[in-house]
Amino acid sequence: MDWFDDWALTLAVFLPAVGMAVVLAIPRAQETAIKTTALLTALVTGAVGVGILFRFDYDAAGSFQFEVNEPWIDVIHSRYHLGVDGISLPLLIMSMLIVIACIIYSWDHFPEPHNPKAFLALVLLLEVGLNGTFVAEDLILFFIFFELVLLPMFFMIGVWGGPSREYASIKFFLFTLFGSALMLVSFLAIFFLSQRETFDIVTLTSFGGEGISQGTENLLFAGLFLGFAIKTPMFPFHTWLPDAHTEAPTVGSVILAAVMLKLGTYGFVRIAIPILPEAAEVWAPWIGLLAVIGIIYGALCCLAQRDMKRLIAFSSVAHMGFVMLGIATLTDFGLNASIFGMVAHGLITGMLFFLAGSVQERYGTREMSRLGGMLNQAPKLGWILGFAAMASLGMPGLAGFWGEFPAILASYDPAPLADGLFGGDNLWTYRTFMVFAAIGTVLAAGYLLYMLQRVTFGKVGAEFENAHIHDVHVPEWIAWAPLLVLIVLLGIYPDTLFSLTDPAVGPISQIFSG
Amino acid sequence: MNPSIDFHAFAPEIILTGAAVVCLLVDLFAPDRPELVPRLASLGVLAALIPVLTLAADGADRSMFGGAFVVDNYALVLQGFFLVVAYVTLLISVDYIGEGDYYRGEYYVMLLVSVLGLLVMASARDLVTIFVALETITLPTWVLAGWRKHDTRSNEAALKYFLIGVLSTAVMLYGMSFIFGMSGSTLLSDIADYAATSTPPLFAVAVFLTLVGFGFKVSTVPFHFWAPDTYEGAPTPVTAYLSVASKAGGFVALLTIVRLAFFPSGDSWEPMIWVFAAASMTWGNLAALRQTNAIRMLAYSSIAQAGFMLVPLAVAGDVPGNSAWEAVIIYLLVYGAMNFGAFAAVIAAARRTRSAEMDSFSGLGRTDPMLAVMMSIFMLSLAGIPPLAGWFAKFVMFRAVFDAGTTAAVVLGVIAAVNSGVAFFYYAIIPRKMWFHDPAPDAVDARTQPTPIALNFAMLLTTAAVLVVGVYPQFFAKLGELAFTPG
Repeated sequence: MDWFDDWALTLAVFLPAVGMAVVLAIPRAQETAIKTTALLTALVTGAVGVGILFRFDYDAAGSFQFEVNEPWIDVIHSRYHLGVDGISLPLLIMSMLIVIACIIYSWDHFPEPHNPKAFLALVLLLEVGLNGTFVAEDLILFFIFFELVLLPMFFMIGVWGGPSREYASIKFFLFTLFGSALMLVSFLAIFFLSQRETFDIVTLTSFGGEGISQGTENLLFAGLFLGFAIKTPMFPFHTWLPDAHTEAPTVGSVILAAVMLKLGTYGFVRIAIPILPEAAEVWAPWIGLLAVIGIIYGALCCLAQRDMKRLIAFSSVAHMGFVMLGIATLTDFGLNASIFGMVAHGLITGMLFFLAGSVQERYGTREMSRLGGMLNQAPKLGWILGFAAMASLGMPGLAGFWGEFPAILASYDPAPLADGLFGGDNLWTYRTFMVFAAIGTVLAAGYLLYMLQRVTFGKVGAEFENAHIHDVHVPEWIAWAPLLVLIVLLGIYPDTLFSLTDPAVGPISQIFSG
Repeated sequence: MNPSIDFHAFAPEIILTGAAVVCLLVDLFAPDRPELVPRLASLGVLAALIPVLTLAADGADRSMFGGAFVVDNYALVLQGFFLVVAYVTLLISVDYIGEGDYYRGEYYVMLLVSVLGLLVMASARDLVTIFVALETITLPTWVLAGWRKHDTRSNEAALKYFLIGVLSTAVMLYGMSFIFGMSGSTLLSDIADYAATSTPPLFAVAVFLTLVGFGFKVSTVPFHFWAPDTYEGAPTPVTAYLSVASKAGGFVALLTIVRLAFFPSGDSWEPMIWVFAAASMTWGNLAALRQTNAIRMLAYSSIAQAGFMLVPLAVAGDVPGNSAWEAVIIYLLVYGAMNFGAFAAVIAAARRTRSAEMDSFSGLGRTDPMLAVMMSIFMLSLAGIPPLAGWFAKFVMFRAVFDAGTTAAVVLGVIAAVNSGVAFFYYAIIPRKMWFHDPAPDAVDARTQPTPIALNFAMLLTTAAVLVVGVYPQFFAKLGELAFTPG
């Protein structure tokens, strides 16, 4: 099986590209052939993922496995270096799973203007970028994959989106483009200042910002911070997100929320913090502050929403706040929580966006004041929505809990940094964050239950009284089942994930343990 | 004593001259077979590539006429580029010129003569040779710009281009005469020796005048105002040639002169190029934002792109090794591929919609998806979005900036970064109209009016280049490195 170890990651990244080429070669009229090819590609890619899961050495989850390290652009000292460790493996697998679910979900209902060929080609291209970002171990390679997801998402929102899709798509693109331009500038500066003549993430991690003056390092971190924070998105760079989500087609929203947002947080964990640890110490309390503002602000915005999808979008801002808070503690407890939070948010919010899409499709609206009584008309759909909402508000026993609760707990005892905010004590800064984050969970329960109550409880409104509302379809069941199972499984037995991430985040938190 | 002539080194120029003469004769004696001339011209261009390749395989540097004409790797890389560009120009011209009410034979002769100038430019290492090459490039293009004889816009284009061209030539020659007066030689290497000494202030004036002349030729702000009108009025294939090939010719001249002659006296040229770069990027972009016509938009975009291309040149004095020069060459190669592709796609789209207004491209994604995909690839590559080739051009530019690391360099880098963001806004207009908007009710379907084969072939070639280089930039990067490797 040696060849598999050598080729697994390359296949995981580029099989979707091959599938895309085949999809593009099939005439547009043969829709079944197109859909089958796309699904098969995603499934085969998923099978490679399963193979990786089987061959992965869980005792060595802290080091990179399935490594490929070949020359790519010699002239600029950039290499084709892929690898997967305990941090990237769960995200890689989640990305594969979500894409499969998306293709199955859209099987019979492609949004207007239809055109499954172009739509599925874009989904597969997205998968290339997503999988690639999670396994790239070279800054330039990372940058290419990180940017590769922009174009397909831009077109997906712009072509298949809602009424103000054009505004939303260009806003999304310009925000992220601006962030990644600054990120690239920081990458280049790191290249020259490190004097290592390399973009290799592993080498640069061991270099750890040595010899760069604190002021310069802070600036470099600022560049990386903007790139990743816009993608995450952190308050106050989140404004593209509600628009993009509201206008995007269901599948676009799902991929955006479940996987794309994680590229930003993953960047913090993989690149910004390990490569520039001294600057990370300076920045951490500020990141924590923005994270907490995001939690409270996102929750308050949710309470003010009337559109179900927009509410879920703002809830993403709040949930990613928990992830960022976990990262900002710079402890292994917090970092573990943040990676768990990424996966849990991916599964749960992905699920919620699927549900919002199904509601839109059945009722023709997502306006919560017009909906109601779904449990009477489509009980299964209503219960699944209830389940997903419970998971999202962090109910113990479901996956969401393990993302939020440890992050809050970790901020009780953050890494011993020099200073807290405004020169104050670091410990009490974080404990204040903890209190606000805890309030955030209460607010989360508030807005999610509010949504649940408005949509599923009560009587069916006069508008939809005689409408025929179909309960969950077969493709929906197939697409959703794995997500639902995983939400329960990870909730009951979170150690499956924690045992994977713990050895990998250990070395990072070690830097800050004093 | 007669100078000894190395015919192998001269072979590309000789073949091209021969091709131009043959085209002229064929047009004269076989006027009833107009399709013959473009074929012969293409054949001539491709044949001229052969000695370029054999010379490259041979590898040795050849110097002639006392060092005024040198065939080295730098020259060969650029000659190869110019010949490929010439071939693509022919491909996009054939149907355009064939279908309009144009003189046909002469068009190709003019084009080949201009390309001849480009080839000489790549090898020129002497002020006089550079000047002669530059004029050989430009003279035929004045005529070509006015090829639509009965169209007043085309006349305006040609006249503006001609007057500005003459003016810039005069300014440049004036500057060059000072340089010769002070250094006592027209050979670039002698001028460099002189520039390394403590030069009088007049030398800075001379450099200033020479660079202003080049500023007109490569249409940098503030000497750019002729470009949009000329580009819009000239026949579109000629515009493509002007914006890529003849501009590249000017750039190569600038690069050669700065690198080999002015370099030791950094204070005389660095600030000027810095200003050219910053002003071109910014003004080109701002003006492009307001355009509604695709060709005018591309004209302003090419002004902005020239600014980006000047960035590595402006900081070259502080960059160790050759990486700044390489960045210019790599940018030039990438820009050639994507801008040519963009023009080819606009020609193809305008054939269908009978207009180059961007509004008329609405819904092209539905009426002709293939064309729309290629057009999107070119536009987004120009915007520098990975994984299309444009990102690598921008990347090597930024790399040079940070390699230099001076405050002036970093400020220029920041201006460039902001401008790359702004640029996306106007490059996205055409893709947005094509994909996000519905086609006009009277839109012509692709099946009823297919794009000519030659034009399609040109687009396929450039698309392939943009995609391959975007994913595997090592290919162009290697060429850039090769150009500065002594043979």
